[in-house]
Amino acid sequence: MLDGLGDRMERLGRSAAAGMAEFGLGAVLLAQVMFWIVAGPRRAQPVRLEATFERCMEVGIMAVPIITLMSVTIGMMLAIQGIYSLRIFGAEEQVVLGVGMSVVREFGPLITGILVAGRTGSSLAARIGTMRISQEIDALSVMGINPVRFIVAPALIAMVVMVPILTFWSSIVMLTGAGWYISLDLGMSAGAYIDRLTEVVRVGDVMHGLGKSTLFGVLITLVGVINGAMVSGSAEGVGKMTTRSVVLSICAIIVTDMIFAFLATRS
Amino acid sequence: MTHAAAETSSRYRPSAADLATASPMIEIRDLVTHYGKREILHGINIEVRQGEIMVIMGGSGSGKSTLLNALLGLLRPTSGSIRILGQDLNAITDIERTKLRQKMGVAFQGGALFSSLNVLENIMLPLKEHTRLDRNTMRIMARMKMQVVSLAGFENLMPAELSGGMIKRAALARAIVMDPRILFCDEPSAGLDPVVSSAIDDLILTLREAMDMSIVVVTHELESAFKIADRICVLDKGHILTIGTVDEVRHSPNEHIQNLLNRRAEPEILDPDEYLRWLTAVNQ
Repeated sequence: MLDGLGDRMERLGRSAAAGMAEFGLGAVLLAQVMFWIVAGPRRAQPVRLEATFERCMEVGIMAVPIITLMSVTIGMMLAIQGIYSLRIFGAEEQVVLGVGMSVVREFGPLITGILVAGRTGSSLAARIGTMRISQEIDALSVMGINPVRFIVAPALIAMVVMVPILTFWSSIVMLTGAGWYISLDLGMSAGAYIDRLTEVVRVGDVMHGLGKSTLFGVLITLVGVINGAMVSGSAEGVGKMTTRSVVLSICAIIVTDMIFAFLATRS
Repeated sequence: MTHAAAETSSRYRPSAADLATASPMIEIRDLVTHYGKREILHGINIEVRQGEIMVIMGGSGSGKSTLLNALLGLLRPTSGSIRILGQDLNAITDIERTKLRQKMGVAFQGGALFSSLNVLENIMLPLKEHTRLDRNTMRIMARMKMQVVSLAGFENLMPAELSGGMIKRAALARAIVMDPRILFCDEPSAGLDPVVSSAIDDLILTLREAMDMSIVVVTHELESAFKIADRICVLDKGHILTIGTVDEVRHSPNEHIQNLLNRRAEPEILDPDEYLRWLTAVNQ
């Protein structure tokens, strides 16, 4: 029995150490990307603009349809639930307050983060994993091309730029969807809805959501890259690490969101 | 003498005297490497000279891929030194290493072409990253290398659309696009049919003639090794069994070498204690 406990403790210790190592790797990657952004041009090895734009297209523009569809649906769902709950107290009119605050501060960044993690984080992990097993990463190194500058930096810059933009778009679409349902259900005019919304949602709330989404973008990229770089073996390894990347990204987003919400509401 | 053999023998081959006086391009001294606690290479000493084709041969698990990884700077040795073009690969700064790598070309076993780039873009990549040439000049240079490897006309194909032989050619074109002084080829004939394999061997010989580069080829294909090598280094379990010319290796009295050359399986010697430890994973 003591042997079994010892084994379990050892496994726990090993997992904890591996987890800490991944955290450390993430910090090193982030520092390396910063280094290449600043020092790359001086070394005549700048971060590739062309690749950064390509990644921006992939992360941002190509995600617009699915983000729009999901956001309008969630906006309407929030309005339906809000009106249903507030009707108990006869306070349906207050639904704009609840929807406005929750969309801009929570649902916009969270839903966008989860969708980007599923869509782009997984593709990043799969791409790097495939490059690793086909020796493309080794090829970059032996050609004197730093893989972090070549692959990670464009992806991270694209995420940091595009995830907040997507979040902003998602929030607007969610509020539009919610407004559409509210006007149908409560007979509130579009003008009155927008007036009420601008009363309750402050610039600080919008910045809170956008700041969080920037952090989500960084997390999704680092988790995707680390998992991709850990791929070993064959295609099965790529699939395994891609799944792990999505799960870890979503967990990281939700935990960070909770910490961010806690800290922001204390100040 | 067959046509192929006649053609090979008519090619330029540096004499032993030429090689003895040529300057060393790669000097490996007492190289020891480990994977975890396991020692893979046990004190390797090799010298490759200007214009020489050195073939590193050995069976599976002999350490030839580990040696190549160490030579490419992908694996840090535990001890010993690797000097390439006079610079200690593991004692130079990152910037110096980047510059040194521009003088080395590598053709990987599977090609390692970037799947998101077409053939021309793959070949142009080192030029784009390391030179300030305008795009048209880079295109012209890349097309010239494609001509050298007989791949002209396939510029716009993606790597997934290429055959095995074409992938090897494209990888060679990318490896030589910066006019390196040393070329490394990892299993250049592996997975190819005999005709294409022979064509790749000819291509390697042509590259040496045309560009006077030193070439290190890692292979276990005997025919290919005998055709292209000036000297062959035979590895076994991380030790060098012999280094010598094709004839010296062919006539080596070493039993392991003769087994390798004659494709004779060696009986596995099992230590019962070692086997029991492995079964019960005592050391893991």
